[in-house]
Amino acid sequence: MLDLVGISKTYPGVVALDRVDFSVAPGEVVGLIGENGAGKSTLMKILGGVVAPTSGAIQLDGRGYQALTVGDAIAGGIAFVHQELNLFENLDVAGNVLIGREPLWGGPLRLMDRAAMIAQVQPILARLGADFAPDAPLAELSLAQMQLVEIAKALALDARLVILDEPTSSLTLSETERLLRVIAELKAGGVGIVFISHRLHEVERCCDRVVVLRDGRVVGTLVGARIQHEEMIRLMIGRDLRSLYIPPQSPPGSVMLEIDGVRTAAFPERSVSLTVRRGEIVGLAGLVGAGRTELARAVFGIDKMLAGKLRLDGGDVAINSARDAIDQGLYLVPEDRKRSGVLIDMSIASNISLPDLAADARAFLIDTAAEADRAESQKRSLGIRAPGVATPVKSLSGGNQQKVVLAKWLAMRPRALIFDEPTRGIDVGAKGEIYALMRQLADGGVAIIMISSDMEEVIGVSDRIVVMHEGAVSGHLARADFSEQNVLLLAVGKTIAAERAAAGSAA
Amino acid sequence: MLKKDLGLLLLILIVGTIVATINPRFLSPINLSNTANLIGLFGLFSLAQAFVIISGGIELSVGSIIALLGVVFIDLIANVGLHWGVAVIVVIAIGILMGMVHGLLVTKLGMQPFVVTLCGLLIYRGIARFYTQDATAGFAFGQSFPTLEWLTAGRSFGVPHSTIAFAIVALILAVVLHRSVYGRYLFAVGKNEEAARYSGIRTDRITIAAYVICCGLTAFASIFIAMYTRSISPASHGNFYELYAIAAAVLGGCSLRGGEGSILGVVLGTILLQVLQNLVNLLGIPSSLNFAVMGGVILIGVLADQQLVAYRQRGGAPRAAPAPAALQS
Repeated sequence: MLDLVGISKTYPGVVALDRVDFSVAPGEVVGLIGENGAGKSTLMKILGGVVAPTSGAIQLDGRGYQALTVGDAIAGGIAFVHQELNLFENLDVAGNVLIGREPLWGGPLRLMDRAAMIAQVQPILARLGADFAPDAPLAELSLAQMQLVEIAKALALDARLVILDEPTSSLTLSETERLLRVIAELKAGGVGIVFISHRLHEVERCCDRVVVLRDGRVVGTLVGARIQHEEMIRLMIGRDLRSLYIPPQSPPGSVMLEIDGVRTAAFPERSVSLTVRRGEIVGLAGLVGAGRTELARAVFGIDKMLAGKLRLDGGDVAINSARDAIDQGLYLVPEDRKRSGVLIDMSIASNISLPDLAADARAFLIDTAAEADRAESQKRSLGIRAPGVATPVKSLSGGNQQKVVLAKWLAMRPRALIFDEPTRGIDVGAKGEIYALMRQLADGGVAIIMISSDMEEVIGVSDRIVVMHEGAVSGHLARADFSEQNVLLLAVGKTIAAERAAAGSAA
Repeated sequence: MLKKDLGLLLLILIVGTIVATINPRFLSPINLSNTANLIGLFGLFSLAQAFVIISGGIELSVGSIIALLGVVFIDLIANVGLHWGVAVIVVIAIGILMGMVHGLLVTKLGMQPFVVTLCGLLIYRGIARFYTQDATAGFAFGQSFPTLEWLTAGRSFGVPHSTIAFAIVALILAVVLHRSVYGRYLFAVGKNEEAARYSGIRTDRITIAAYVICCGLTAFASIFIAMYTRSISPASHGNFYELYAIAAAVLGGCSLRGGEGSILGVVLGTILLQVLQNLVNLLGIPSSLNFAVMGGVILIGVLADQQLVAYRQRGGAPRAAPAPAALQS
């Protein structure tokens, strides 16, 4: 039904996909797995018609394309069910399922035919075994039920290929069971399914075939009985990433930052404790949604901590706002650079001076010369490539924008720095520069936490790795134990020891 | 000076020249002085409005505050017998308190500025009418406050004191907005509150301060306006003034999305609006068309400015369509 041959996609400086072959037959469930950045989402964007491949051919329903448009994808019966659902909370189920294609009456008045809508949606819900009515308000449904609505929407469009992107990541066990039954039902009805998931057990259970991506290439295809947990992990793991590592100049010093029993709103019933020493880079790994960003936000004073204590350099600190954190020398380089990291319309100089404007001011008036001087020296020492410090940040590349965020903090006196996905969307060259800067900071006695979902980065940069799973720390790894397998196992909530034992008993 | 401000200045000069050519009375000292007085009165609360607009909010209760505080001020000095100096302090203090309440409701309780200040508009107007039993507030026959009258409604060298007050306030606010730490923070909060918070700015305080400045300065303006009209009918005094203020701010380059604007722009915006008013009067256009002329000019002005900016930024190319949100992961 769908056949991709030799699909490549290159962005300036990055090969996102390299001659990928991928096909789905009617009634087949194909698993697509790989780490973050392996190329899954690029491949899906090509299927959705959002991104055009650089080369390769696409066959959909017997028709050949160079690149799909969004219209081609929909007409070809491809439907997406995303991790983040695209539904209207203010409409009912039927309204969502038939959005934009409502049956009408009344001629030019174009009134909605409610009865026809419900009649049209009812059988679809029945087919999915849904336990809610077509006129139920969406806002009253659970996440799992909303996901069914999303699937119903796909079926109402007569989709013959449904792509489920991390469908179970926010479902409970019983809800997951029901979703797996729905998948079986769809499969029996001849619908092709692409199942993208980090949860390898579910992949193991429901897929007929699994395609493993790594660094934009298909590194393996497993069929039938060969679909096994360990085999999948083995394929997902790449080369030895430890070779990227820049070692610290001296062993880590005393404990600088201590996070003690912190609870956040994301997982109110779980607490996190971890310590970082001076001169140490601790990688905080885990799957998206494991509560790492929420932890960083709470520690930095953006969100309220529900419980727990913070100690800096041995002393208790009370942090109720980002201002408090900054005054203590505890800084955050946030995940979403454009939304939280920089003021995109303001100049480089104003961005750098913003957290410490008082230092560049006399009697509440800004000394623009002093401000520009400080920015200029940061620009030089970080190698920010821009015509001048008055240049607006929006005209810089991602890497240089990130350097502006860093410059903001380096112009002050950092004691502990949290980096949240520091190199997301940044080209390779700038990545290396940022890693070198992090190491330089650490060598200067700063404690660093680096939240990252990029395996290469976690293993290549950290001195120690802490892995989080569903709001709690699931394990610590010292450099000797660094491996993608270990990080992945901890990230999906397994303990390494138990896994070894299990492997031992199987052998 | 920005290109935007230059354009506005040019527009004022063009309109002024046209009016002066058709009706030379435009340039008569009495007309200029009257117009200057009105610019001063309207300018004071237009500058006030600009602070809230730059913070990303809006203040709709300006007109009602002017009515309520005007009534209170006249009552305090004419009937209660308070010294006018004390009355000035009381009135400004009430204004500051109102601003603080608005700011707290917007920041701490997360209400929308439009809703909070719309309720202010209704509440203060109602209280003003109740306060005087809907009667006109004014001075008794023969009652006079020479110093206060000279200060608020007098002239020096032919320049009305309201205009001088406006000029002084504009200068101070220009320094605050464009040179001070607070001003920089205000722009940052208006542009992107989240990023401002991540840079350690206590964004709530900045926003509350904007409302405090706005309502405090509006209270100050209300005294000038009360002393100019000398009698206040609480049902109509200051009606639509919030819209004048918003119009002046928007004409002057403030964006209702926040984070943009300049004091010079608002000053020019106020001047343009008053010159237009004057145009309607002097050219014999029916005064019932007053609002229509103003609306038309603002619409064309803002539209032209937007198109010019878009043209300059993209070299005339149409805006690239964003990818469908559904497929961005």
